Amino acid sequence: MGSITLRKVSKSFGATQVIPPLDLEINDGEFVVFVGPSGCGKSTLLRLIAGLEDVSSGMIEIDGADATLTPPAKRGLAMVFQSYALYPHMSVRRNIAFPLKMAGVDAKVAEEKVTAAASVLNLTDYLERKPGQLSGGQRQRVAIGRAIVREPKAFLFDEPLSNLDAALRVNMRLEISELHQDLATTMIYVTHDQVEAMTMADKIVVLRAGYIEQVGSPLELYNNPANRFVAGFIGSPKMNFIEGESAARHKAHAIGIRPEHCALSAEKVAGAWEGTVEVAEHLGSDTFFHIETADKGVLTVRAIGEFGLRHGDKCWITPDESRIHRFDEDGKTIG
Amino acid sequence: MARAVSTRKKTFYTIAAWAVGLIIFFPILWIFLTSFKTEAEAISDPPSFLFFDWTTENYGVVQERSNYVRFLWNSVILSLGSTVIGLIVAVPAAWAMAFVPGKRTKDVLMWMLSTKMLPAVGVLYPIVLIARYFGIYDSYLLLITVLMLINLPIIVWMLYTYFKEIPVDILEAARMDGATLRDEIIHVLTPMAIPGIASTLLLNVILAWNEAFWTLNLTTVNAAPLTAFIASYSSPEGLFYAKLSAASTMAIAPILILGWFSQKQLVRGLTFGAVK
Repeated sequence: MGSITLRKVSKSFGATQVIPPLDLEINDGEFVVFVGPSGCGKSTLLRLIAGLEDVSSGMIEIDGADATLTPPAKRGLAMVFQSYALYPHMSVRRNIAFPLKMAGVDAKVAEEKVTAAASVLNLTDYLERKPGQLSGGQRQRVAIGRAIVREPKAFLFDEPLSNLDAALRVNMRLEISELHQDLATTMIYVTHDQVEAMTMADKIVVLRAGYIEQVGSPLELYNNPANRFVAGFIGSPKMNFIEGESAARHKAHAIGIRPEHCALSAEKVAGAWEGTVEVAEHLGSDTFFHIETADKGVLTVRAIGEFGLRHGDKCWITPDESRIHRFDEDGKTIG
Repeated sequence: MARAVSTRKKTFYTIAAWAVGLIIFFPILWIFLTSFKTEAEAISDPPSFLFFDWTTENYGVVQERSNYVRFLWNSVILSLGSTVIGLIVAVPAAWAMAFVPGKRTKDVLMWMLSTKMLPAVGVLYPIVLIARYFGIYDSYLLLITVLMLINLPIIVWMLYTYFKEIPVDILEAARMDGATLRDEIIHVLTPMAIPGIASTLLLNVILAWNEAFWTLNLTTVNAAPLTAFIASYSSPEGLFYAKLSAASTMAIAPILILGWFSQKQLVRGLTFGAVK
């Protein structure tokens, strides 16, 4: 079991309120991602759940029991840190075995668990090495191994991939997703990378300045963002926002259209938005065009595959009307 | 880019460094040489440097007259005892100040350091009275306690500096792994801080070994360490320079040898955190 409930949980450092009172329900076995720009309080929220920070008010329940004042060691949660936080003076074997030793597990049983975890994580050949002799990816795997052997109620990940290079990040992302499928244990994952959030999560919690902006599945957030902030944060490249006359025509303060929901044409199309190509980014599979328009600013449009437009070329953009998002003056989505 | 240093400059600095080093070392060398002279040669004018009749009779006389081993043993007990107890007190204190600092932690650290600015003689009389009252004058208990207390600020400060260098993440990871505070200090913090703790231990053993004010004023016979051994040659028999030198050489030799073998550790510990 591993359900976690936050009730009116808040956190202040001195006079500064980092997390205003918030409620959140995390179900057993769910992969929940906290995402938001830096300083939005996502790591603080994770540390409150871990018990590494004390809540200023409110209650944290783990499996229905009040754990607000329970020390981190007793919460039955395991955490993987951004810096890996391995014990530099211990071998990989001793690092992974450390939580078992602390729990007073029999040495023989512990050895079996360490061996099993090492084989799952491809660390068998490195068991006698010290963390200093491992690569970033291997260190991260050791940190995960240390978390697995405890068989925790939930795993907490604090930006675990941000110190890895891009290729390794994609690999580890897959490995963590596979791990979640194998273990079916609750996982809470903090990241500022919306791609990680979209690809891994069952449920995404979008945070801004400590407030929960929206909670939902990746596609719910993508298709029905609650407000302009979520609409802009989820999806890559970012959603285009247009204010003024075009928005007024849709009875909104602002409208949003994703780059992939615009059709691009090199020939004049009736009713389309006219513009000039500023920059074309060729990714092979897609081409992203940054197009200067007369009254709508710079718009980003995604075209599949190669598209023969260059800097300075005239073009016409036709937005998919059914995919236009409307926002009021406060940035809230108009239903 | 490394700065190019000309050979002439290098030579100059090398000579200058050796000169300064020799000037600092000279008194010790002189004591060492004097300890092999006869009393007459020790006070001869002009003084003889290397060309004199080398004799070891001073060492024989000193050993015969006073029990060197007993003073040596006392020095070992006092310096090690006070440092080890100091570390036991200081490790948790430094842990608290480094990892769970309060609003006044900096003030507490400064206040601790300020006690080192107080002239020791200012508290001599109260401490003598307390020692007499409890009947512990000239005992290990008194000396170890006093030496521990006077070095405690330095021990806490040194450990605090080393602990500050240890990433908090690792201690938090230990907490998440189910470690209690005790486990965290024993299994994670202390092994990681071993170089720092070792140099703190070495430096404080040296400080306690050489401490003379308290050891001379609070001991007579039982707990008297090597400082008292040297002093016993200086006052009533002030003119016996050669024997005094022999006693001094015997007193400083153990700590000098310890310092020599541990110099790498000492330098590493003292510059810990200074070089990133």
